[in-house]
Amino acid sequence: MNLHEYQSKEILKRYGVKIQEGIVADSPATALEAAKALTAQTGTKWYVVKAQIHAGGRGKGGGIKLAKGIDEILPIAEKIIGMTLVTPQTGAEGKKVHQVLIAEDVYYPGETPTKEYYVSVLLDRKTGQNVIVASQEGGMDIEEVAEHRPEAIIREYVNPAVGFQDFQARKLAFALGTEGQAFKEMVAFLKSLYRAYEDIDASLFEINPVLKTSDNKIIAVDAKVNLDDNALYRHKDLAELRDVREEDPLEVEAKASDLNYVKLDGNVGCMVNGAGLAMATMDIIKLSGGEPANFLDVGGGANAKTVEAGFRIILKDPNVKAILINIFGGIVRCDRVANGVVEAYKKIGDIKVPIIVRLQGTNAQEGAKIIDESGLKVFSAITLKDAAERVKEVLK
Amino acid sequence: MSVLVNANSRIIVQGFTGSEGTFHAGQMIEYGSNVVGGVTPGKGGQTHLDKPVFNSVKEAVEKAQANVSIIFVPPAFAADAIMEAADAGIGTIVCITEGIPTKDMIAVKKYLSDKNSVLVGPNCPGVMTAEVCKVGIMPGFIFKKGTIGIVSKSGTLTYEAVDQLTKVGLGQTTAIGIGGDPIIGTTTQQAVEMLMNDPETEGIVMIGEIGGSMEADAARWIKENGNKKPVVGFIAGQTAPKGRRMGHAGAIVGGKDDTAAAKMKIMAECGIHVVESPAEIGVTMIEALKK
Repeated sequence: MNLHEYQSKEILKRYGVKIQEGIVADSPATALEAAKALTAQTGTKWYVVKAQIHAGGRGKGGGIKLAKGIDEILPIAEKIIGMTLVTPQTGAEGKKVHQVLIAEDVYYPGETPTKEYYVSVLLDRKTGQNVIVASQEGGMDIEEVAEHRPEAIIREYVNPAVGFQDFQARKLAFALGTEGQAFKEMVAFLKSLYRAYEDIDASLFEINPVLKTSDNKIIAVDAKVNLDDNALYRHKDLAELRDVREEDPLEVEAKASDLNYVKLDGNVGCMVNGAGLAMATMDIIKLSGGEPANFLDVGGGANAKTVEAGFRIILKDPNVKAILINIFGGIVRCDRVANGVVEAYKKIGDIKVPIIVRLQGTNAQEGAKIIDESGLKVFSAITLKDAAERVKEVLK
Repeated sequence: MSVLVNANSRIIVQGFTGSEGTFHAGQMIEYGSNVVGGVTPGKGGQTHLDKPVFNSVKEAVEKAQANVSIIFVPPAFAADAIMEAADAGIGTIVCITEGIPTKDMIAVKKYLSDKNSVLVGPNCPGVMTAEVCKVGIMPGFIFKKGTIGIVSKSGTLTYEAVDQLTKVGLGQTTAIGIGGDPIIGTTTQQAVEMLMNDPETEGIVMIGEIGGSMEADAARWIKENGNKKPVVGFIAGQTAPKGRRMGHAGAIVGGKDDTAAAKMKIMAECGIHVVESPAEIGVTMIEALKK
C-alpha cells in the first residue's frame, strides 16, 4: 500500500525522525490557515506548497511551488488543488490533486551550506535481508546515479538476528561525509528511520532528499513509504490511511469483490485463475497481435459469482474489444466454470465484444460442450495455442 | 529417483483439521501419498481422516517418524509453523500459505540458515513426484511418470506446462512449485540443481516471472555447470508495467534487470531454450531433447 508524503512524514515523526514540518490542506482557504498555523509553529516565513499524489517527479510537473510569503499561498494553492498533475511517473493521463502539503522552508541560509542526501530502506531479495541504501547524490533520480556512478551508492545490510547496529549507522554517516553535529544527527536519523521501517512492516522507505540544514540538522524533506500489504492485518491504524482516490476506480471495485485486478491500457481483457498464468495470458494476447487491457486473477475458486464480477469490471473498460477467459481447472472443475460463464453472460446480457473461453484441466471437454451449446457469442478453446489463434481471429 | 519427495516420504499436515488442510490432505491420501498424520495444537490424540492428530511437530516426528511436512496454517501463524517444523528436524517443509508478511519470512530465512531443513514456498502449489507422491495442491491427474523435471514460481502455469508435456508424450519426474513471494525457501537455482543431480531427470522446464534475479542466477549456474541437461525456460509478465504488483507479492518490476525481457535474454545467452509463448513449452522440450 502506498502513502502520501504527509502521511509518511507523520509516521516518521512518531519514531523520532526529524522532518520538514507541514500541514495538509484540501482547499485554498484551508491552505492559507495551514500556512498561518505553520508560521506560528515553526516561525517559517516562506512556504513550499506540495501536491499530494501517489507519484514521484511532482516538481517536474509543476506540483511543487515555493511561496515567498503568506500572500503567495492562495494563488499557488488555487492553481495546484484540482489540477491534473502529469509527472514522469503518472503516465500521460496524470493524476488529480486533491490535497496540498504546506511545508516550512528548510533551505534558509546559515553557518554552513545545506547539503542533500539520498536514503532508502528496502528488502534485498537475494540475501533475504533489509538493506539501507544511501548516497551523497541527494535529490537525484537514484536509478540514474546507480547507472552512471555506481560507486556513489552505499549499501548497508541488516543482519536479521541482531538488527541494525549503531556501528552501521556510524559507518553510513561517515561514508556520507557528515561531521560534527550533523554526523550525530545523521546517526540518530538513520537509527530512528530503520526502527520505524521494522515497526510498521514497511516494504519501502525512500527519503529523497534527506537535508542537512544550514544549522546542521538532518531532516526528511520528502518521504515515500510503502507498506507490506500482507502485514496490514496487524496495523489497522495504518490500513485506514489508504486513499482510494489515488487508485483506479475499477481496481477499487475489483478489490471489493476480492479480485486481483490491475488496469492496463490495451484492448483485450482477460480473466484467469492464478497470477502466473494470468501474466502468461497477457503475454499470449500480445503475441497474438493485441494488447492486454488488464491483469485479472480470479483465484483458486473460480465460480459463477467471481466470473460475473470479473466480467462486469472488464466490460466497464471502454477500450476492451475482446475478452479471453483462461482457466486451468485443477481443483476447480471446468464444467462448473463454463456454467458460470453462461450464467453470468445471460445475467449481464447484451455483451457486444467477442468472448473466448479457454478451459483446460478437470472436465475440459464437458466445459467446452456447455459453451458451444449455449448459443451465445462465445468461442471455446482447449489448448493455449487454440486460444491464441482465436484472439488473432477476433482482432482481425 | 526423484527429488524432495518420494515413496519413503512420511508426511504430516500442519493445519490438518482446518478446511484447506482437510481438503488437500484428503486429495493427497487419494493420490497415494503416505500421510502419517497431522498437527493441530490442542487437538492431539484425536483422529482425522483416519490419521492421528498430534499436538506438535516434535510429537509427530517421535510417534510417526514424520520427515516431510506440508503447511496450510493461516498467514499470521505460518512463519511459526515453518520454524516449528525445522526445530523438530523435518527434512522437507512445504509451505502453501499465501500472504505471510515479509518481515516474518526474513526471520524464518535466518532461522533456517543453520538447520538441515529444506523449505519449499511459501505461496506455492507444493511438490509433486509423478504417480508417486503429492505434497501440495496440484491436480494429480495431469501428471504422468517420466523424465522431465519442472521448477516454477506459479501454480496454474505449472499445471499448464505439465499438461503440455504429458500431451506431447513426455512424463515428469518431480515438479517443484517454489512460490511467488519475495522471500522463498528453495530458490530457482537450488531447485534446478536438485533436478540436474537427479539421474532420472533428462530435461528441465524452468518457469519464472518478473521481479528479483532468481531466474538469471539459475541460468548462470546452468551455464557454469556445463548445460548438462536441456532446459526450456519461460518468464511470465513480458507485458507487465513497471512498479505494479501482478498478483504474486514478488511479481513486480523494480528496475531494468528484473523485467521478463532482461531475464529471457540472460537465459538464452546461458543456453536455455527460451519460449516467448507459454503455449510452446511442450513442443520445445521435444525439440530440445533431440539435440
